[in-house]
Amino acid sequence: MKQPQDNRRLLHRSLWSLLAMIYEKVKMTIQTKKVTTVRREMYQRAVVESFIKLDPRAMVRNPVMFVVEVGSLLTTVLWIQALLGQGEAPTGFIGAIALWLWFTVLFANFSEAVAEGRGKAQAESLRKARKDTPARKVRGEARDVQATLSNVEVVSSTALRRNDLYLVEAGDILPADGEIAAGIASVDESAVTGESAPVVREAGGDRSAVTGGTRLLSDWLIVRVSADPGEGFLDRMISMVEGAKRQKTPNEIALNILLAGFTIIFLVVCATLLPYSLYSVGAAGKGTAITITVLVALLVCLIPTTIGGLLSAIGIAGMDRMIQRNVIAMSGRAVEAAGDVDVLLLDKTGTITLGNRQAVEFIPVNGVDAYELAEAAQLASLADETPEGRSIVVLAKEKFGLRGRSMGSSDEAPEGMHFIPFTAQTRMSGVDFDGTAIRKGAPDTMIEIIHSNNNGVPSDLRPAVENIARMGGTPLVVSRNSHALGVIHLKDIVKGGIKERFAQLRKMGIKTVMITGDNPLTAAAIAAEAGVDDFLAQATPEAKLKLIREHQAGGKLVAMTGDGTNDAPALAQADVAVAMNTGTQPAREAANMIDLDSNPTKLIEIVEIGKQLLMTRGALTTFSIANDVAKYFAIIPAAFASTYPVLNTLNFMRLATPESAILSAVIFNALIIIALIPLALRGVPYRAVGGAQLLRDNLLIYGLGGLIAPFIGIKLIDMLLVALRLV
Amino acid sequence: MNLYGWLQIILYLVVLLALVKPLGTFMAKVYQGERTFLEPVLGPVERFMYRLSGVNPGEDMSWKTYAVAVILFNAFGLLAVYLLQRFQAVLPFNPQGLGPVSADSAWNTAVSFASNTNWQGYGGETTMSYLTQMLGLTVQNFVSAATGMAVLVALIRGIVRHTAKGIGNFWVDLTRSTLYILLPLSLMVALALVSQGVAQTFSEYKAILPLQATTSATDQMIAVGPAASQIAIKQLGTNGGGFFNVNSAHPLENPTPFSNFIEMLSILLIPAALCYTFGKMVGDTRQGWAILITMTLIFAAFLSLAVWAEQGGNPAFTAMGVDQTQTHLNPGGNMEGKELRFGIANSALWATATTAASNGSVNSMHDSYMPLGGMVPLFMMQLGEIIFGGVGSGLYGMLGFVIVAVFIAGLMVGRTPEYLGKKIEVYEMKMAALMLLIPILLAKVGTAIAVVNPLGLATIWNTGGPHGFSEVLYAFSSAANNNGSAFAGLGANNPFYNIALGICMFFARYWLIVPALAIAGSLARKKKVPASSGTLPTHTPLFVAWLIGVIMIVGALSFIPALALGPIVEHLMIFGM
Repeated sequence: MKQPQDNRRLLHRSLWSLLAMIYEKVKMTIQTKKVTTVRREMYQRAVVESFIKLDPRAMVRNPVMFVVEVGSLLTTVLWIQALLGQGEAPTGFIGAIALWLWFTVLFANFSEAVAEGRGKAQAESLRKARKDTPARKVRGEARDVQATLSNVEVVSSTALRRNDLYLVEAGDILPADGEIAAGIASVDESAVTGESAPVVREAGGDRSAVTGGTRLLSDWLIVRVSADPGEGFLDRMISMVEGAKRQKTPNEIALNILLAGFTIIFLVVCATLLPYSLYSVGAAGKGTAITITVLVALLVCLIPTTIGGLLSAIGIAGMDRMIQRNVIAMSGRAVEAAGDVDVLLLDKTGTITLGNRQAVEFIPVNGVDAYELAEAAQLASLADETPEGRSIVVLAKEKFGLRGRSMGSSDEAPEGMHFIPFTAQTRMSGVDFDGTAIRKGAPDTMIEIIHSNNNGVPSDLRPAVENIARMGGTPLVVSRNSHALGVIHLKDIVKGGIKERFAQLRKMGIKTVMITGDNPLTAAAIAAEAGVDDFLAQATPEAKLKLIREHQAGGKLVAMTGDGTNDAPALAQADVAVAMNTGTQPAREAANMIDLDSNPTKLIEIVEIGKQLLMTRGALTTFSIANDVAKYFAIIPAAFASTYPVLNTLNFMRLATPESAILSAVIFNALIIIALIPLALRGVPYRAVGGAQLLRDNLLIYGLGGLIAPFIGIKLIDMLLVALRLV
Repeated sequence: MNLYGWLQIILYLVVLLALVKPLGTFMAKVYQGERTFLEPVLGPVERFMYRLSGVNPGEDMSWKTYAVAVILFNAFGLLAVYLLQRFQAVLPFNPQGLGPVSADSAWNTAVSFASNTNWQGYGGETTMSYLTQMLGLTVQNFVSAATGMAVLVALIRGIVRHTAKGIGNFWVDLTRSTLYILLPLSLMVALALVSQGVAQTFSEYKAILPLQATTSATDQMIAVGPAASQIAIKQLGTNGGGFFNVNSAHPLENPTPFSNFIEMLSILLIPAALCYTFGKMVGDTRQGWAILITMTLIFAAFLSLAVWAEQGGNPAFTAMGVDQTQTHLNPGGNMEGKELRFGIANSALWATATTAASNGSVNSMHDSYMPLGGMVPLFMMQLGEIIFGGVGSGLYGMLGFVIVAVFIAGLMVGRTPEYLGKKIEVYEMKMAALMLLIPILLAKVGTAIAVVNPLGLATIWNTGGPHGFSEVLYAFSSAANNNGSAFAGLGANNPFYNIALGICMFFARYWLIVPALAIAGSLARKKKVPASSGTLPTHTPLFVAWLIGVIMIVGALSFIPALALGPIVEHLMIFGM
């Protein structure tokens, strides 16, 4: 197994510092050139934490490790008894066992502390952003900054409640989460996203949500508060990354039950071994009964300490991997569900295709000159600031040398020109001037308009439209005074590599569904080009919701991304719902994950992280249980050496003495936890292959590996103990 | 062992596996309420019985109602058998005038037969009247087997149904199991056995003159009775409680190699065929075959170990000058405790089959096996009676293991584990863990109590070595897994063992039935997840290998320390390693 450099360093250093803490009780300053101070502090804190976590009230949450702690205590008492001269076994032996049992508990605590440490560092920086700030609370309704300024009172940010209004101006820190009621401004959201480029936020539309703790860079905003103090986005984020209120997830609970079951079995196995041993001593007429120390050692070796010790670290690390990819999961449950997703609903735009479609061709109809069409198209697009609109202007310039007249936004329309903006209802836009009305828009809308004005639809219009749609393009019909001029061919550019990505998903057993507002013909062509399994064309929020419900009724888990308010119902219905951080407040509230980068492709990564989380648990459970076989071969012959020396035949590892055999098994059991911390934190690598192949590979590595590794490890430790004359 | 021995074993497996599909298909029809060729004869009987008992066959029971019905029915059976034994002296059909059975023995036997264990602390021909045998024991042989089958079918329905509340009707499942499956099969087997000379009579015991006169006795009492009818169901229903004390080693219970073959076949027939029934009912016979192959592979491996250990012979015999070489005339190997008419192959095969399934009948004395040969039946029971196992109970126990295997494997493929479209979640894990735990706990704790207290130690006749320990471990493993096989060598018909083993049998049976039904109820309520390529396939050789691994590891990890102090160390001592 190849391990990254820093993980190996982690392992090395953690061991070192633990030993230092215990034996020398001196706070050591460790000087390693490559490790940064922050890191060192993090690990030092983790070491301290692992001692604090010994508190039985906390340990009892983890039944496996709690049993180890009780065992450690018990052997420690036996050791003290031995020191007083009444030992059941050599004092040094009991002491060594007790010490390594304590290490086992500490190593497990350390893994959890390291996992939590990463989140804590991030929570610390978030907390800095959440400090109380003065807020200018607005009395009554307000629409305009001047009117409002005279109507504010300065309060602490903690005094703001849901539905209050507050005013912020350039340079202020936003005191609370909210929905913009009025204004437009650029906001520095780096405190939340880590992204330093400012983002624009404005009232209405899909970019109206703001987050407390971020800073206003320009202009002003009036914001309606959407969360009471302590319940804001930042607060939730802090508690999530800190893992303070971490609830065990359903799958984790189920695994814990299984582990508790194994623990009970092994408790009984070890407890009954005492009577069995007593009987055997009587029957064989020689030897002494098995000692409590050996029984406790055997118990700790048998119960699944490897997975038990690392289980909570795995869960925290899974959340952490999400955070590293700038995704905040609102619950661990959501991360787990991500691994189970059967259907991915992906928005076409931005996920499957590059965000902007580009005009590639003007197709005139009814004998109209191409130049005339291009000119009309350009005029209609002058105020259109979308990439599509701009690409029309550019194409007209490139092909026909038409210069785009410099226009800003619709506010600054030249004299006599009136621009009609695009809306979802009309599905068209255009310009009116000198009594001429130029329109461009979706073909069915445009044809309807032409019809309603009692103008004939040219015979070559429909074929042109359909031809473009068949090729996966988007046709825009251009008209002048309700007479069709021609069609603009807008082409979707499918993202590079996306087809391979979908092929992988298919192998993983995940069905991809493309969601698009396009007509079915266009959608089908793009779907084929991108290689998705299915598509939903002319998607409305209702249609999306219905699609999700249909899949769920069939027992499938559905994941989707969304940003708009109209996505909120579907997001709430989906099992894994990722909201873009740029999205609206309702969308963010309906989702169970928030992508701070607002990158829709990330859904695929989220699924992989979810799967990785489950796989890591499964793999380490298998490893842990498979380990036990070797430990039996080490301990059983040793435990009954005095009664039945002939059992030494089973000691085919040829471990030196009964003491060295038992001690080696215990040491191996403790060290394996430390050795696997990097794997627990990083997760078992996931490859997009079918279930059968994944099982085979993981069984080979963790099942067979788990069977063989301890034989080698225990033998090596035994040789080392003998070489160092410790036994 | 010679070629003929192996051929007999192979013939046995071939015939068994050939019968799986026809019988399995038939049983699936019975449980799905479809018409079978027996309908014209038995249909009216079935309907009459429902009318007589006021059962509404259309009622769909929730798992709790189903469980209550199972428990009540079994409690009634338990009580009836207890009372029959206690009052047999004043009841008819008692030509030998046998007295009432002692309270502790009657409790033990009542639990034993109600729980399909059929551990026998008593000697049949010297204890039980014909009435007790027929009305108590034989009836329980049928209904305890039918109970196991009913619970299994309820569990299968839980897997098959989705978003449903009910898991079927216990009374219907019980009736149909008995009427359509157990009775006709028993009739066939009983007739076949009678043809071979197995006793079937109501007359009193026969006194005959011995062929060779001895000084102590002038004539000899030959016990007879209605044996064939009880033996048929004893084998088919994985009961195992013999009519005579020495069970199927008795010449009137198992006279010929052919009767032996029929009886052995009857042991595994229904448990094996139920795997196919399971596949048929869940709509994917590959799932059933996968489980059957898992069982067969484990069975074959341990059978080979037993045959190897027995054929290897005993160094102690060599020291006495006994010829253990195998020739055409001499079976060779360790023949102590084995019938000459069966030899090593048929004895080892029976021993493995009877403990793989929770049958427990014997045709040779397991206590006289070589240490490793005796470890095979012991370990087969300790695996939890899931390698074929009891009728019904074997497969639902196996499904408990499948759930655990699926859970870990499911995690390894990165999905919330699911089996046949049903998600395995917290509740199922709890119940499956219980199913795994209980038999192990009972066997281990029971043995521990017995070997350190004077009551338990008093009747361990084999002192001074690990063999006595094996005997106690065997007795508790047998009771805690509802097998009923006895190692012998241990005096178990005394209050301590009667009560302790009775408790083991009781909890092993009913504390497993309730979680199994709870899983059925929980699965039935769930939605069905359609399979995709990301789903863990549960019918592939890989999954079979994994399932074998899980079963063996759980079994081995739980029992290796105990086995090390019993048969393993005994083996090492005998062979002087």
